[in-house]
Amino acid sequence: MNRKKRIGPARWGIYAFLIVSALFFMMPLYIMLVTSFKPMEEIRLGNIFAWPVSFTVEPWVTAWTSACTGVACEGIRGGFWNSVWIVVPSTILPILLGALNGYALSFWKSRAADILFSILMVGAFVPAQVMMFPLVRILATLGLFSSLPGIVAIHTIFSMPVMTLLFRNYYQSIPQELFNAARIDGGGFVRIFLQLMLPLSTPIIIVAAIMQVTGVWNDYVLGLVFAGRDNLPMTVQLNNVINTTTGTRLYNVNMAATIFTSLVPLTIYFVSGRWFVRGIAAGAVKG
Amino acid sequence: MKSHPSRTLSTVLTWVALLPMTVTVLVAYLGAVLWSLRVSLTNSRTFPSDEFVGLAQYERLFANDRWLLSLENLALYGVLFIAICVILGFLLAVFIDQKVRGEGLLRTIYLYPYAMSFVATGLVWQWLLNPANGIQQAVRQMGFQSFTFDWIIDQDMVMYTVVIATVWQSSGLVMALMLAGLRGIDEEIWKAARIDGIPTWRVYVSVIVPMLGPSFATVFVLLSTGVIKLFDAVAAMTQGGPGTASEVPAKFIMDHLFGRANIALASAGSMVLLVTVIGLLAPLLYVRARNRRVQEQA
Amino acid sequence: MTNVEVSNLCIRFGSNEVIKDLNLEVHAGEFLVLLGPSGCGKSTLLHSIAGLIDVAAGSIRIGGKDMTWAEPTDRNIGMVFQSYALYPTMSVEGNLSFGLRVNGTPKSEIQRRVLRAADMLQLTPLLRRKPSQLSGGQRQRVAIGRALVREAGVFLFDEPLSNLDAKLRGELRRELKLLHKNLGSTMVYVTHDQVEAMTLATRIVVMRSGNIQQIGAPADVYERPENLFVAGFLGSPGMNFLDGKLTISAGSAIFSALNMSLDVGAYDFRGPAATGQDVILGVRPENLMLQHDGAWEAKVSLIEPMGNHHVVWLDFGGTSLSSIVSGALSVAVDQNVRFSVDVSRITLFNRTTEQRL
Repeated sequence: MNRKKRIGPARWGIYAFLIVSALFFMMPLYIMLVTSFKPMEEIRLGNIFAWPVSFTVEPWVTAWTSACTGVACEGIRGGFWNSVWIVVPSTILPILLGALNGYALSFWKSRAADILFSILMVGAFVPAQVMMFPLVRILATLGLFSSLPGIVAIHTIFSMPVMTLLFRNYYQSIPQELFNAARIDGGGFVRIFLQLMLPLSTPIIIVAAIMQVTGVWNDYVLGLVFAGRDNLPMTVQLNNVINTTTGTRLYNVNMAATIFTSLVPLTIYFVSGRWFVRGIAAGAVKG
Repeated sequence: MKSHPSRTLSTVLTWVALLPMTVTVLVAYLGAVLWSLRVSLTNSRTFPSDEFVGLAQYERLFANDRWLLSLENLALYGVLFIAICVILGFLLAVFIDQKVRGEGLLRTIYLYPYAMSFVATGLVWQWLLNPANGIQQAVRQMGFQSFTFDWIIDQDMVMYTVVIATVWQSSGLVMALMLAGLRGIDEEIWKAARIDGIPTWRVYVSVIVPMLGPSFATVFVLLSTGVIKLFDAVAAMTQGGPGTASEVPAKFIMDHLFGRANIALASAGSMVLLVTVIGLLAPLLYVRARNRRVQEQA
Repeated sequence: MTNVEVSNLCIRFGSNEVIKDLNLEVHAGEFLVLLGPSGCGKSTLLHSIAGLIDVAAGSIRIGGKDMTWAEPTDRNIGMVFQSYALYPTMSVEGNLSFGLRVNGTPKSEIQRRVLRAADMLQLTPLLRRKPSQLSGGQRQRVAIGRALVREAGVFLFDEPLSNLDAKLRGELRRELKLLHKNLGSTMVYVTHDQVEAMTLATRIVVMRSGNIQQIGAPADVYERPENLFVAGFLGSPGMNFLDGKLTISAGSAIFSALNMSLDVGAYDFRGPAATGQDVILGVRPENLMLQHDGAWEAKVSLIEPMGNHHVVWLDFGGTSLSSIVSGALSVAVDQNVRFSVDVSRITLFNRTTEQRL
């Protein structure tokens, strides 16, 4: 009896499903790109799937420099810089606090801290709207409402559960003996953190950074409420560009603006590959 | 052994380090939730008021057509979204795991939508489903004159468009998690099944899927959280329309907190959302805690 | 009673030829152990007999039938894996019956086989339990049971005891030996542990780098090793090796090393030996005796008390030799002692070819 052929109908079926699915997932990206390089007449008359006949980068220029994001018509570049100003501190601070929390929880155990952590974990599931009004009032009282420090504080609050969980789980995989040896060598709380644990944390810091940058950059509702008119992130401005226009809708400009807004997280995704997936898996292990 | 001063110093430092977390938990989480609860029991409108009205706001809430519609929409959306994401994500993971060529490329393609914001997703699909210029028009131009795909302006069908857009965005996540789960399964189980003569599909159904229980649970928790919080995609894609056909609870709450200036009603709504989340989570947490106890005893 | 015949087997991983032209016959009813270090190809050989790995060339016959391209499930085999690979979400009964259920065996037959296997392996009170609720030994029995219910002709074992602690390993080893005695089925067993091989096997196949070094009953392989590798692999502590020269003259053979010589005239040479050749003398620790009137002298470097015997390590001009002394010990470290060797139990190897002389 000879060996059976490996390539059977089942195999073709698998590839067919995978390829059709791939087309489904690729289609919107393709459409986004193709639309953004077409002049409006072509869009009005033509087929959304068609390749641009008269290729133009006008929509990109318009989106960046002169699209109307509410009151002003300066393009979406303002939003880009706003997002950058929001994302950088909103990544550094939560990571720092997450590492500190995770470190304290893993190695300097206390009942009270564990209880607080459990509440924090439940907090991760609470929808933002539940806490929104009180947070608005608190920030207003502190004079931080509608300000950059305010939105950074908000992002820190809302990402503390995930960041703490990430670092805590990571530190729990570090052998207790290492910590014990450091204590015997005379290390205290601060010294062990700065000289031993933080240097060991590079992988999880990378993962946390990827998750945080992506999450904060893509945020809409928190930026909408807390950032203030001068600091509106790109996602909010994008929505303004597209959904609050009077007059004719410039679909090509819209798509260009959408791509601009997605460039940062998409680039991170394509560049970081496996780290991105690791972040998903780590963040998904809740408790 | 260790001198006392350094021990107490470390303990003090621990609490100093944990101060941000303590403040956050007590004020921002617990405090805010309790505050919202309090507001929901008053008759605050634009500004907070101290007049308590008991459960009056909740009564008004559940007499509000828009709120009831938003709950209905969310339930429909939730069931469809989770079911399709899980099935699609699982199938993608299973098929990719069959030692296919180009696995890396396929995984990149399936997961990139997850890197995009909900707003961008909503906007792209809004464009795609535009009846005048999008898919409907394109198919008509290809010769099928009577083809209709105007769900996005159809009151009865608009929620399905939100399902499509968000499924596109999140299925990759499910695939990634399921694939990780599949890869964690002992290779020797497959060998044993081969010797037992079990056909591949049966191994998946009777052995692998039950073994992936924890992965499915994780996926379910993640997806449900996303369902409850659904706001950005709807705001970008349909603005709750046409009319109020695609209203969802989070949007109802936001609108009443700001535009419609009825803080108490909005707070009541958010309390209901919170209770729903806890209702979904509690059984899962209970099951997990019980499994852990059983494992510790064994 | 089923036999297995492997002929001219070649197995390739990519461009790497892992097993080349291997021939092996497993007699019906015997317990054959494939023994060797990691990477020697024993597991690969077992997997190819099972049909889990494709062969590049050669044939495999099981029970007289050509099974070279047969699916694992059609090969009349059962297999026990290192991790046992029990289906975690099914009960013991479920694990035992799953294969039969899927293949449409009638319910009454399934029940008969499951109960019989459970009875033979003392699993009957455990039938409702899940694998996570079983001990390591119980899990092994379920794994064997899964192979039993298939009423297979040949049982294959892939290092089933490697994951267990020493005490449990000993217990389960003895259970396996009893099982073979009761069942009488053909069993092929892979291990890197020579104690398992010695105690369980009817015959041992010593493998290295994809080749068979020696096949034989445990006693044969132990007392008459074919080459240096086999000699050094079996036995703990390992065989003592001494480099030296062989001098053959009319009617006598002398082994000389350093400042000592030994009359090896009584040694069973394979063929005529050349005089003056470099040889290695191998002698097992139990055949190296500390005696007051021993022919040679060495210094005690280390003593390891093992409970019922001692292992005494000697420094013989730079070479480390071991001796097993049972009962009471009368020597101490750093003492100079005399020892002698049981000439009837030595082995001589050609130093270049490493083959037995």
